Amino acid sequence: MSGTGRDVWVYVEHLKGQVAGHTYELLGKGSEVAAALGGRLVAVLAGSAVQPLAATLGMAESVLCVEDAGLAGFTPEGHATALRALAEGEPPRLVLVGATSEGMDLAALLAAWMRIPLVVNCREIGVEGDRIVVTSQMCGGKLLGEMEIGDGMAILTVLPGAFPSQKGISERTPGVRLLASPVPLDGLRTRFTQMLEPEAGDVDITRAPVLIAVGRGIQRQDNIPLAEALAMLLGGEVCASRPVIDQGWLPLTRQVGKSGMIVKPKLYLALGISGAPEHVEGMKDSDLIIAINADPRAPIFDVADYGVTEDMFELLPALTEELEKRKAQGAT
Amino acid sequence: MNIAVLLSMVPDLVEELEIAPSGVALDTQWLRYLLSESDDHALEQALLLKERHGGGVTALALDRGEAEEALYTALARGADEAIKLTGIPEEGVGKTAAAAMFGAVLGESRPDLILTGVYAIDDMDGHMAGALAGLLGLPYVGVTRSVDAPEAGKVLVQKEYPGGLAAEMEVDLPAVVGVLSAPQPPRYVPVARIREARKTRKITEREAPSVTTPGGPVVRRLFKPEPAERAEMIEGTPEEMVRQIVTILENRGLVR
Ligand SMILES: Cc1cc2nc3c(=O)[nH]c(=O)nc-3n(C[C@H](O)[C@H](O)[C@H](O)COP(=O)(O)OP(=O)(O)OC[C@H]3O[C@@H](n4cnc5c(N)ncnc54)[C@H](O)[C@@H]3O)c2cc1C
Ligand SMILES: Nc1ncnc2c1ncn2[C@@H]1O[C@H](COP(=O)(O)O)[C@@H](O)[C@H]1O
Repeated sequence: MSGTGRDVWVYVEHLKGQVAGHTYELLGKGSEVAAALGGRLVAVLAGSAVQPLAATLGMAESVLCVEDAGLAGFTPEGHATALRALAEGEPPRLVLVGATSEGMDLAALLAAWMRIPLVVNCREIGVEGDRIVVTSQMCGGKLLGEMEIGDGMAILTVLPGAFPSQKGISERTPGVRLLASPVPLDGLRTRFTQMLEPEAGDVDITRAPVLIAVGRGIQRQDNIPLAEALAMLLGGEVCASRPVIDQGWLPLTRQVGKSGMIVKPKLYLALGISGAPEHVEGMKDSDLIIAINADPRAPIFDVADYGVTEDMFELLPALTEELEKRKAQGAT
Repeated sequence: MNIAVLLSMVPDLVEELEIAPSGVALDTQWLRYLLSESDDHALEQALLLKERHGGGVTALALDRGEAEEALYTALARGADEAIKLTGIPEEGVGKTAAAAMFGAVLGESRPDLILTGVYAIDDMDGHMAGALAGLLGLPYVGVTRSVDAPEAGKVLVQKEYPGGLAAEMEVDLPAVVGVLSAPQPPRYVPVARIREARKTRKITEREAPSVTTPGGPVVRRLFKPEPAERAEMIEGTPEEMVRQIVTILENRGLVR
């Protein structure tokens, strides 16, 4: 591609009239990278009736605000079409999007259509002379790859949580350039129809002071009562990692992590959870984390305060019994 | 509806991962490969669509690791055809090259719907499904938790968002959809049925089309992250462990 600029673009993700938290992480890091490249940081805000959000993007030197009825609900095709037209008009050096549901679809389409390099799941971004050097995370966080991207426009998906969001927040008022999509957005083959809310009615695990979390290590649905007994004794609720929810053993409202809830209880007791980054994203800020896992190398021990390498089925009945005993003593 | 499902083999994370002497690839000698978790769901989603709306399911994989096992398993679970692309280099191929290979094959067979998984754990230089859609000029939606076909010529998908939310979208066929999870757990087939499939069914072998891909990002090195601060480990007999846990909870005022 000819005429690639030096600017860094951050794709602003927003949902229900609010900018997603990780967008600020991208803006913070993006401004460092833009400075190193000698370019500007541009926030790209696309949607319908989104202009008011621009005021929150002061870290960017300018906000490219694309207001278009055709962008009212996110579709990979619609938003990638608009973004591509913009990028072809004034190519940036780097486009940063979140490694999220929206971001990864957008990045994949854009990279394929524009034939530009894409590196996914980045957690470090540096500039060495003309080159951009990034660290991509793989294999559930067990492996990192340092990748070098030559000149020309490139796109990165950035792991949520990789950079601090405070650095992306600024009181400044950014310059806003308001435009309609540079290309018509009718006749697309993907149409947003509606947002589906999670089923209401279940407990809200984000409010529970104590969470007993079960992972694939719980093995069978019949074993979940072991966790429920503990939750009852400690005045908490049972939650789970994704595989347990996918099996239908607990409702979706109990899922903790990237696609589930973000929780910060006083106690998070992780039973048979390996500690994949997508799970850790949802619970790492808990006050106290205790993990019971049979595998001494399980990454959950990197985030836990206390760890126990033991078969949970050897511990849970005794733990429940001991707590019952203390409780009875306390009551007398 | 004719559905193609792409199955990819990824390293089994239970095993220790070793880096090859080159420093830029995994040492494949000790690796065990498994079917990527979301691909299992993509196959389930394909089978559910076939049961509801008719048509056929073709599973495709590059000849690596346990691909053959995964393809026979797919046949045993209900796929109609399995295709293995052969002649894949030992060290594997990147996402862009894999997309080009499948693109060439699927550009000929033209299924109505191409289902893939998403978030394969070995992703680095891109996402296969979107790359494939781009090559074939098809619409793409990824990270779905449900795909249905209430009307001919299109699918209705639920794309997953954080917090249990989902966006519903209508996608005209032909299309590529990246499945995160199927609406129900992948069906289990007993080993005997897989063994039977090995005897009675045939995997179609095809030479992988030779592809040239633009020089993408270059891997400078692969490395393992520095071990972070580890948890304080509680040791002893199970009884001692239990007592220590309870003491920690008491000290934090968590035992009421
Ligand atoms: C887009 C995307 C979004 C995702 N979102 C989420 C999310 O929101 N939440 C989430 O949790 N995951 C999510 N995941 C999945 C995530 O990547 C992991 O696959 C998942 O968290 C693993 O769950 P687990 O730890 O329960 O299972 P595993 O990784 O299989 O771990 C099971 C653990 O149990 C231990 N164990 C087994 N038996 C015993 C025993 N008897 N006693 C003690 N320990 C035992 C094992 O040592 C192992 O460490 C997402 C993935 C993707 C791609
Ligand atoms: N080498 C491969 N062989 C077969 N399918 C693949 C391969 N790489 C990726 N895929 C498919 O594309 C999906 C998504 O890949 P990705 O977006 O790169 O995580 C995988 O889950 C597979 O369905």
